[in-house]
Amino acid sequence: MSEAIKAATLEYATRLGDDSVVLGHRISEWISYGPFLEEDIAYGNVSLDYIGRARMFYTYAAELANDGRDEDDFAYMRNDREYRNLLLMEMPKGDFAYSQVRQLFADVYYTYVLPELLQSKDETLSAIAAKAIKETKYHLRRSRDWVLRLGDGTEESHKRTQKAVDALWGYTHELFDMDETEQMLADAGIAVDVSKLRGAWLAKVTEILTEATLTVPADDWAVRGGRVGYHTENLGHMLTEMQIVHRSFPGCKW
Amino acid sequence: MTPEEQNFMRKIEAEEKIEPKDWMPDAYRKNLIRQISQHAHSEVIGMQPEGNYITRAPSLRRKAVLISKVQDEAGHGLYLYSAAETLGISRSEMIEQLQSGKAKYSSIFNYPVLTWADIAAIGWLVDGAAIVNQVSLQRTSYGPYSRGMIRICKEESFHQRQGYEAMLALAKGSPEQKAMAQDALNRFYWPALMMFGPHDSDSAHSQKSMEWKIKRETNDDLRQKFVDQTVKQIEVLGLDHPDQAIKWNEARGHYDSSDLNWDEFWSVINGNGHCNRQRIEHHIAAHDEGEWVRDAITAYNEKKRAKKAQQAA
Repeated sequence: MSEAIKAATLEYATRLGDDSVVLGHRISEWISYGPFLEEDIAYGNVSLDYIGRARMFYTYAAELANDGRDEDDFAYMRNDREYRNLLLMEMPKGDFAYSQVRQLFADVYYTYVLPELLQSKDETLSAIAAKAIKETKYHLRRSRDWVLRLGDGTEESHKRTQKAVDALWGYTHELFDMDETEQMLADAGIAVDVSKLRGAWLAKVTEILTEATLTVPADDWAVRGGRVGYHTENLGHMLTEMQIVHRSFPGCKW
Repeated sequence: MTPEEQNFMRKIEAEEKIEPKDWMPDAYRKNLIRQISQHAHSEVIGMQPEGNYITRAPSLRRKAVLISKVQDEAGHGLYLYSAAETLGISRSEMIEQLQSGKAKYSSIFNYPVLTWADIAAIGWLVDGAAIVNQVSLQRTSYGPYSRGMIRICKEESFHQRQGYEAMLALAKGSPEQKAMAQDALNRFYWPALMMFGPHDSDSAHSQKSMEWKIKRETNDDLRQKFVDQTVKQIEVLGLDHPDQAIKWNEARGHYDSSDLNWDEFWSVINGNGHCNRQRIEHHIAAHDEGEWVRDAITAYNEKKRAKKAQQAA
């Protein structure tokens, strides 16, 4: 592996780890707050899958960095300006409709990203994708079912769900952005060229939203910046909470 | 005794399980509903103090372990609600009783979880105490409850090992971590002993429950088991035992220990602990906030059913 490829792969693994840990954390905020007990369990499952992915991506990043850091240094010792997650993942949990719509957008995204990542020439990334694909199948089944039920449920659930779709839509565009680092890795057959996936994503999301009697918003606004550390205000608060214990006892093992 | 009662008592004496469709005395049914639903509510309310640290867990590994633990508690709540439902009460009625204060849950969950070490202490001591009780309940006379306990015990003993291992990491860690561990032990040891309930002489439900083999060992006997098993565990951690009076009694073959603060026990049972109000408010808030979601499912299912009926016609 050339030094340039190695550095870019380290950055890429960190980004994917950040996406996973942030979304996993947000989902975990639902535990004991769900509409019924079965949902607390389901949220626990999905959250665990993402925390698991984060650990694998960070462990790989740490291996590439080879500077004595471990997975927890990546998760707990970087500030919000250093985090590289997509903004969609850091949006607060909101109401049940908001979280399920975000989940649908993410699940459809991973439905198309992971099979591509499985083809990566990087064996570790490919192996992580292989495991994650199975999880995402189940995640999508669940978020799709929820969006259908909420969209085509009562007037109130419909209203809340449409509101969530509208509020989150502008954060979905950057899911398909490429920058130099990812382009270089995509050219080398390592990273996924996400710019090619928006068509498939949009078709699938449109199909589900339409079945749910919801309206697909116009593409008239987009907020970007996660991949360069230009976040919403939400991430700082989330990391403050997530990192407080770890950082209060520097150098300790848990 | 009626022939039904005779048959029932014969089964109890022969250690045969009572099954949902079998005849049983009303008081047996009521007693079981009370005990199983209380047990289910304890699992569910217990998700709050532990869930409170999911977002702050100090490492990704600990976070994952804690999430799966809390998720297991939710699962235990589900089996137990189902076991109680076999006795003719619905989950929504039980939830209603929990929220109105008519049904109780384990008083341990009314103690605040303040530090990460409290999470470790809960896994070790609270799940440890629960197991002592639940192992005994595997032999309970009601079939669905007994089978639920067998399943739950396997997971609880895993939790207890995880909790102890987390405690060990702290006790063998930095001086600050060790102090945190000692503080958590000092605060959770006594409430964990109270989990076994009042002294046998003060226990309203004990005698009949023993007779019907719903309970298999008395509160005080179970508590003694837990006191005995915990001494060595504290030694291995290298922490100070919170009970200065703890002393091996050769004649009894058990440890002697201080009596508990029963005023505190009754105060927490009666709703006046640190977190009683908070726990119930949290449960009600989540339940109320979920109402529109539950309504949406009902409405969606009705629409689907109507559509199907229309297609069939």
